[in-house]
Amino acid sequence: MKLSWWIAGYFIALAVTLIAPLASGSPDGLERVAEDQGFIDTARDAPYSVIADYVFPGVQNEALATILGGVIGVTIIFMLLAGGTYLAYRAAANRRV
Amino acid sequence: MILSSGISVLNWEIPHPLHAPDGFFSLPISIAGYVVAALFIAIAIRRTQGELNERMVPMMGVMAAFIFAAQMINFPVAGGTSGHLVGGALAAIILGPWAAIIVMTAVVGLQALLFQDGGLVVLGVNLVMMSIVSVISGYGVYSVARKFGGASSRATLVAGGFVSAWVSVMVAAAVAAFALAFSGTSPLSLALPALALVHALIGIGEGLITVFALSFISVARPQLLQVRRGDTQAQPA
Repeated sequence: MKLSWWIAGYFIALAVTLIAPLASGSPDGLERVAEDQGFIDTARDAPYSVIADYVFPGVQNEALATILGGVIGVTIIFMLLAGGTYLAYRAAANRRV
Repeated sequence: MILSSGISVLNWEIPHPLHAPDGFFSLPISIAGYVVAALFIAIAIRRTQGELNERMVPMMGVMAAFIFAAQMINFPVAGGTSGHLVGGALAAIILGPWAAIIVMTAVVGLQALLFQDGGLVVLGVNLVMMSIVSVISGYGVYSVARKFGGASSRATLVAGGFVSAWVSVMVAAAVAAFALAFSGTSPLSLALPALALVHALIGIGEGLITVFALSFISVARPQLLQVRRGDTQAQPA
C-alpha cells in the first residue's frame, strides 16, 4: 500500500519532535533582549499548567517527557486543522450542490 | 516558567520556543492585539472557505503539525542566544496568506492554551506578530519574487523563499519592539535595535529552514507547491 503524502507529512512532523530534546536551551531572541534590558521580571507565569514548556508532567526522563509533549501537540494540531478544514470543505461542497 | 526554562536536567536542555509571556505588554496593547487578530482571523476564515480543495485540507494539517514541531527546535545563534522557526512565511508560500493565518493561529493558540508557551492575556499580540504580520509580510515578499523570478523557478524558491522568511521575522520583531514601547516595557530606542539585531540572525535560520522545506516539497511532491491553486476535482493523492 502506498503511503499517502499527508500521512508521510504527519510522520515527518513526529520525527522532528524526536530531536526536540537536543534543542538549544539558551534564551531566545526576545528573552535575551528582555534580560539585557531588565524587563524579564515583568513576565508572569501562566495561571495553570497542562504540558508546560512541552515537558509532559510526571515522566521522569526529561527527554522522553519532551518528545511525548511534542507528539501530543503534533497530533492534536494535525487533527484539529485537517479535521476542521475537512468539515468546512464538506459544508462548502454541499452548499454548491 | 520563563526563568526555570533553559535549565539543563540530566544533560538534556529543555526546549522553550518562548513567545511573549503575560506581563510584557500592557492591557491596552493586549486588547488591541486581540481586536486586530480577531479581525484578520475572521477575514481569513471567510476567504479560506472559498479556497479549500482536496489537497489543501490535509496540507493545512501537515503544515500546522510541521510548524508546531519545528518551533520546538531552538537553534543557537551568536552570544548564548537561540531562535526557532516561526513558519509564517513557509505556510503563506504553500497555502496562501488566508489559510496560513488560520494554520498559524491554531499553532500559536494551542501553544498558549496547552503548553503554557506565550501568555493568555498577550495571546492577541503574539497572534498579530506570528500569525498575521509574519504571514502577510512573508507572502508579500514572495509575491514580488514570483513576479520577477517566475512563479515556479528554482531561483524564486530559493532566493524568494529565503528573503521572504527573513523579512517575515524582522517585521514581526519590529512589531514586538513597538508593542513593548507602547506598553511602557522598554523604550523603542533600545528595544527596536536590540530585537532587530538578534532577529537578523534568527531570520537566517528561518530562511534556511524555509528554503529546505520548500526544496523538499519541490522534490518529493512538486504539485503540492501549487496546492492552493489545485483544482477541486478528485485526484489521486
